[in-house]
Amino acid sequence: MNGISGTLDHPEEGAPGQLPVLARLHEWVVTVDHKRLGIMYIVVGLVFLLVAGLEAALMRWQLAFPESTVLSPQVFNRLFTMHGTTMVFFVGVPIVFGFGNYLVPLMIGTRDLAFPRLNAFGFWLLFFSGLLLYFSYLAGDGLYGVGSAPDVGWFAYAPLTSRAFSPGNSTDYWNLAILISGFGTIATSVNLVATILTMRCPGMALGRMPLYVWMMLVVSGMTLIILPPLSAAQIMLLFDRFLGAHFFDTQAGGSAVLWQHFFWFFGHPEVYVLMVPGFGFASEIIPVFSRKVIFGYALVAASAVAIGVIGMGTWAHHMFVVGMGSTPTALFAASTMLVAVPTGVKIFNWLGTIYGGRLRFETPMLFCLAFLFQFLCAGLTGVMLAVAPFDWQLSDSYFVVAHFHFVLIGGLVFTIFAAIYYWFPKATGRMLSETLGRWHFWLFVIGFNLTFIPLHFAGVLGMPRRIYTYPADRGWEVWNLVATLGVPIQGVALLLFLLNVILALRGGKAAGNDPWDAWTLEWLTTSPPPDYNFETLPEVRSRRPLWDLKHPNDPDWLHE
Amino acid sequence: MAPVLHPEALAGDWSQLSRGRAGMIGFIMAEGSLLGIFVVAYLFYIGKSLNGPYPQDVLEVPIFNTICLLASSVTVELAVRALRQGERRRVGTWLTLTALLGVVFLAGTAQEWYRLMVHHGLTIGTNLFGTTFYSLVGFHALHVTVGVVMLTFLAVFAWSGALQSPHAERAELVSWYWHFVDGVWIVVLAVVYVIGR
Repeated sequence: MNGISGTLDHPEEGAPGQLPVLARLHEWVVTVDHKRLGIMYIVVGLVFLLVAGLEAALMRWQLAFPESTVLSPQVFNRLFTMHGTTMVFFVGVPIVFGFGNYLVPLMIGTRDLAFPRLNAFGFWLLFFSGLLLYFSYLAGDGLYGVGSAPDVGWFAYAPLTSRAFSPGNSTDYWNLAILISGFGTIATSVNLVATILTMRCPGMALGRMPLYVWMMLVVSGMTLIILPPLSAAQIMLLFDRFLGAHFFDTQAGGSAVLWQHFFWFFGHPEVYVLMVPGFGFASEIIPVFSRKVIFGYALVAASAVAIGVIGMGTWAHHMFVVGMGSTPTALFAASTMLVAVPTGVKIFNWLGTIYGGRLRFETPMLFCLAFLFQFLCAGLTGVMLAVAPFDWQLSDSYFVVAHFHFVLIGGLVFTIFAAIYYWFPKATGRMLSETLGRWHFWLFVIGFNLTFIPLHFAGVLGMPRRIYTYPADRGWEVWNLVATLGVPIQGVALLLFLLNVILALRGGKAAGNDPWDAWTLEWLTTSPPPDYNFETLPEVRSRRPLWDLKHPNDPDWLHE
Repeated sequence: MAPVLHPEALAGDWSQLSRGRAGMIGFIMAEGSLLGIFVVAYLFYIGKSLNGPYPQDVLEVPIFNTICLLASSVTVELAVRALRQGERRRVGTWLTLTALLGVVFLAGTAQEWYRLMVHHGLTIGTNLFGTTFYSLVGFHALHVTVGVVMLTFLAVFAWSGALQSPHAERAELVSWYWHFVDGVWIVVLAVVYVIGR
C-alpha cells in the first residue's frame, strides 16, 4: 500500500547490567517523544481520576443518610476541595492535553511537537505539582502539628484564603501546586499552537485539518489567554499571604469580589478548555462509525472558535448572587445564553452526521451517543442557570453540582472513554474487548445517571452544596440515597475498564494499522507508531487523506 | 516510496510560519495576559487606599528611565539588522548598548524604590497603592531583568564570534520579547504615572 510498514532499528535497552525494568523506566523518564509524554499525561490523569473518584465516593457515603457521622466536617471540607481541584487540574487538564500531545502530531502528519523538550518540561511540572498538592496531607499545617489538606474549596474565595481564616500552609499548597501546574499547561499550550500553525504536512491547509486538531487549536489559544490571569491572581494571593499585601484584604480596602472576577475569568473558560476537546473526539469518532463525512465541517470549526471567543465573556454568571447590579447581570446572562448557540450548532452537526449513516455500534460510538443525550441535558440546565433570577434561587445548590457534573462527566468523561476505546489500538497495537467495553458502557451510563439526575431534584428542593450533613426533614433523603447507590455501579464500571486495559495489554487482539477503517493520518502509520511516526511525511489534498488512498477512483478532493 | 496521497506533488510551494516565531507569539500572548491582570488590579484600586502615602504625593514620572528603555528598542533592532548583514562588531556593540540601557533602567527603578521605601515609608504592605504599585512595576522590572540576562548572553556570544548571521532569527525572537517588555512599560507608564497620579 505504501512504504510505511518497515520500522528502523533503534538502539535497545539501557546500559549493560541494568535491570530491564530500570532501563524501561529510565526510557520513560528521559523521553521527549510526544507519544510517550501523551500516554504519561493520560495515565497520570487516570490515576488522579481514581483518587478524586474515591474522594467523591467518601463524600457520597457521608451524604447517603441524614445526620451521618462517617466523616467529620473538617475532613469533608478537605475532600470536596481536593476532589474539585484534582478533577479539574490533575484529571481534566492532563487527559485533554495528553490526547493533544499524542494525537496532534500524528493527525497533522509530523514527527513531534514543535518544542519536544518544552513538552517534557510541561509534563513534569504538572506531575510534580500534583504530588505537591497531595503532599499537603502530610505537611499542610507546616510546623503547627499534624498535616491537613487544603479546605478552601476549588475556587478558594477570598477572604477565606487570608491568613486569619486559613492559618497553616494547606492553602499555600493549593496555591503553589495550581500555580506550577498552570505554568506547565501554558508551556504545553504554546507548544501545541506552534505545532499546529507551523508543522502541518504538505497540503494540510487549516481547512483540511481534522476537527480534533481544530478543537485543540482553539483550546490551546484559549488557555494562553485565560490561564495566566489565574496565575496572576495566585501570585497576588501569595503576596497577600507571605508579604502582607492587601489585594484581597477587605480590611485595608481590598476587594474579595476582585478575586472572584479573576478566578472566574479563568474558571469559566476552563470549562470550555476541558469540554471542547470532547467535541473534537466526537467529531472524529461519530463520522467514522456513521460511515459518513462530518456534516458541516466548517461550521464545527467555526462554532468552536465562537465558543472560545464568547466563552471568555461569560465568567460573571458565576457571580449573579454577589449583587453586581442589573446591567452586568443582564450582559452576562445574555452572553451565557449566546454561547449555547454555537454549542447547539454542534449538536446538529453530529445529528446530521448520524442521520442516514450506516451506524456501527461499537464501544467508542456508544459512548459518543450517550454523550449527545447527556451533554444536551447539561446544556439545557446551563441555559436555565443563565437566567439570573433562576440562578439567584439555585446558586450554590446541588442543582449547580448536578449541572456541571453532567457537563464534565456526561459530556467530557464519556467522550474521553470513547477516545480511549477508539485510539487505544493505535497507541498499543491491541484492541480493547468489545464485551467488557459494553459492560463498562452500560454500567457507567446507569451509574452516572442514577447518581446525578437525583441531585438536580435535591438542589431544586433547596439542598446547598458543600454541606457535610443535613437534617432528616427536608425531603432530600431519597435523592441523596439514590445518588449514592449510583456510585458503586460507576465504580464497578471503572474497574471493568481497568480490567479491560490490563487484559488487552497482556494479550488483546492485534489491531493492525487501521482497525476502524478510518480516514485521518494517524491510521496511516503502524500501531503503535514508530518513534518518528512517519518514515516519509505524507502529503494530503483533502480532509480525509486515507479515504483518498483507499478509493483512488473517488477521492474526496474532487468534491471538497 | 512516500505515501503521496494525491497526484500532484506540492511540497515545493508548501511553507508555514517558523515554529520559533509561532512559539514566541504564543508566549508573548500568555505574558500579556498575565501582566494585563496586574494592570487591571492597579486600575481597580486607584484611589482606594485607606491611608497614605498616595501616588500623587510620592511618584515622579521617570522620564529618563522611559527614554532609556524606548531607546533600547531601537538599539536591539539595529543589532538584529547588523546580524542579518553579518557585521559582527556592530552586532556586539548594539547588543551591549541595549543591555546597558536595560541596566540603567533597572538602576533607575532601584533608586525610585529606595526613595519610596526609605524616605516615604511605602512598602507592599502599607496600603493598596503600595500593594499594586510594587507588584505591577516589580513584575515589569522582573521581565526587564530576564531580558537583560538574555541580551547579555547574546552580546557575549556576539563578541566571542559564536553568534552568526544564521542565528538571526533567534536574536530576532529575543528582540521581540524586548519590544514586548517596552510596550508593557508604555502601558505601565500610562497607568501608574499618568492615570494613577
